[in-house]
Amino acid sequence: MGSQNQTVPFKGTNEQEVALKNVIAEHKDEKGALMPILQKAQDIYGYLPIEVQTMISDEMNIPLEKIYGITTFYSQFSLNPKGKHKISVCLGTACYVKGSGDIFSKFSEKLGIENGGCTPDGKFSLDACRCIGACGLAPVLTVDDEVYGRLTVDDVDDILAKYA
Amino acid sequence: MINLKINGVDVSAPEGSTILEAARLAHIDIPTLCYLKDINEIGACRICVVEVKGARSLVASCVYPVNEGMEVRTNTPKVLDSRKKTLQLILSNHDRKCLSCVRSGDCELQKLSRDLKVEDEAIYDGERNEYAIDTTAAHMVRDNNKCILCRRCSAVCEKVQAVGVIGANERGFKTSLASPFDMGLGETSCVSCGQCIAVCPVGAIYEKDYTEEVFAAIANPEKHVIVQVAPAVRAAIGESFGLPIGTNAENQMIAALRRLGFDKVFDTDFSADLTIMEEATEFLDRVQNGGKLPLITSCSPGWIKYCEHYFPDMTENLSSCKSPQQMFGAVVKTYYAQKMGWDPKDIVSVSVMPCTAKKFEIGRDDQNAAGVPDVDISITTRELARMIERSGLNFLSLPTDEKFDNPLGESTGAAIIFGATGGVMEAALRTAVWKLTGEAADSPVEFKEVRGVAGIKEATYNVAGMDVKLAVASGLANAKALLEKVENGEADYHFIEIMGCPGGCVNGGGQPQVPASVRNSTDIRALRAKVLYDLDESREFRKSHENPAIIELYENYLGEPGSHKAHETLHTSYVKRSINKH
Repeated sequence: MGSQNQTVPFKGTNEQEVALKNVIAEHKDEKGALMPILQKAQDIYGYLPIEVQTMISDEMNIPLEKIYGITTFYSQFSLNPKGKHKISVCLGTACYVKGSGDIFSKFSEKLGIENGGCTPDGKFSLDACRCIGACGLAPVLTVDDEVYGRLTVDDVDDILAKYA
Repeated sequence: MINLKINGVDVSAPEGSTILEAARLAHIDIPTLCYLKDINEIGACRICVVEVKGARSLVASCVYPVNEGMEVRTNTPKVLDSRKKTLQLILSNHDRKCLSCVRSGDCELQKLSRDLKVEDEAIYDGERNEYAIDTTAAHMVRDNNKCILCRRCSAVCEKVQAVGVIGANERGFKTSLASPFDMGLGETSCVSCGQCIAVCPVGAIYEKDYTEEVFAAIANPEKHVIVQVAPAVRAAIGESFGLPIGTNAENQMIAALRRLGFDKVFDTDFSADLTIMEEATEFLDRVQNGGKLPLITSCSPGWIKYCEHYFPDMTENLSSCKSPQQMFGAVVKTYYAQKMGWDPKDIVSVSVMPCTAKKFEIGRDDQNAAGVPDVDISITTRELARMIERSGLNFLSLPTDEKFDNPLGESTGAAIIFGATGGVMEAALRTAVWKLTGEAADSPVEFKEVRGVAGIKEATYNVAGMDVKLAVASGLANAKALLEKVENGEADYHFIEIMGCPGGCVNGGGQPQVPASVRNSTDIRALRAKVLYDLDESREFRKSHENPAIIELYENYLGEPGSHKAHETLHTSYVKRSINKH
């Protein structure tokens, strides 16, 4: 599920728009075309902001609300771009009982973004994820491909400082 | 026919029936919540569950088809317990401020709680979603803290009205019915029809209430407070006081308005006649002088906003006539103010409408003939009923011999049928055919081909040697289908009537709510429309041009229909909008 608040300005290119329109033209008259079009739109733009969803709505004559309902229902769709650094905090059972919920909240507070959100400067995005198979290190999170384990909320500032 | 047993009773039901429908044939009511026949058949709420012999679990009777030899139980302890637990779970995430809720007394959730003997509404209380109340639209409020996620509103918005600006967002516990990207309803292409309000079982969506403003105006001795009432209101307001659907309550309604303290109690039917004078003239002018055809009626503000958003290229086809509500307001603040020696600024022009889009319409541009808004406050039939209740008027025992005030209370049968689909077309034909046939006194009165609740109707009349092709649509999905035919060149109508709500104003978004249990088995559109057609038959004059007060208005003030003064006072303009603003 994506955060509903769009924090990063849209920077779509003409090439992306042409690619999206081609995809729509290709699938438009098929039954159940919306899902593959949304998936390909996300491949093209990396996420599905209002500008992209509106283009799909206009081209396909489907209410924007219907598209938005689908993109917020399926967790594979993202309404926000990923940041330069992707923070994923494990909220699986083991990490959660070890306090990862508080760590997640601290990141959310520090960065001013919700789950699925991206900071306005495009630097950090924040996601809650399920078990990443490192329960022995609980609570655990990843920044890009780096794994951080046995954390407390006091570690949040240090982690962010490393990428500042 | 399929034979089955329900609660031990033999029942035969047509193939394809659901258990719910078959049970009704056996005089057994199964409670429902999300189910709306033909509109929302999703089996989601689980209130209508029943036991079917051999089935693994309880089944949703609203969507489960009957089978030969099936044995159904609708009221076993297991069924009743399941329904009650479901209801208690819904209540656990529901804002239970029933005492101050607009739907208190006619809430379907409240009734179910009583029927299913919910003794502890808080038994499953836990985390609760909290939502900001959306007041961005001109006509309505959305309070998702009361929403039970039945999805009736989004189904009617998308399927019946072809609008689709509200829907289910997010998933699981976070699901909410709203517009995309946190937009307020007022920022979307919502057309203000209020059909979502008409089908909401609870108090999650309701019109913006202006009853206090009306009471305040009445209490102000400086103001002349004039009220007009639309035709469809009298066909439904009795329902708010326990009268059966399809009861004419015109006289009690007039008596109630007078006792509420309005200075003049007038009838929108007067300006419906006026609309016909202008619109029939406009139609004949367009036909004879090569104007834009088809001409499309402009009485329904929900339809107008829909046309502006979804068919902007067809706004030139719209009649430039203001709606009867606005014509009435314009006449009150120009002609009538002059006649009475009043400053238009001292008049408070109130309308009672079966409609929520009228609240949007009064704020439109180019609706201020006297330099001030033609209509100041527009309230729904429901709001009028609330005013009557609040004032302690005993509606059912009010006198039945009171009449509208004159002159703006005089009307013909042609005007009264404006409230039903096909009515505006028929009224226009009564005058247009009269004109085209040399103003013969015996020109036809009834045009029955355009009557009835069908979503799309077509007719061709040969008038003075010309085949006049007509179409009538109600409900915006029907309007859309019709206009696409026109756009694609598949139809070449001369005149089209469109009303935003299915069945026309009698089924408007501002009419008393009818619970789904009744809606699913009764055609409220036909019952209410019959009131209007009966009234039409009983009227002395049945053609708009015969209305003596209308004749006087033209003689003393407007000149001819379509005159410069008539255009200044009674006509308006439209804007081209888009579907998605972004």
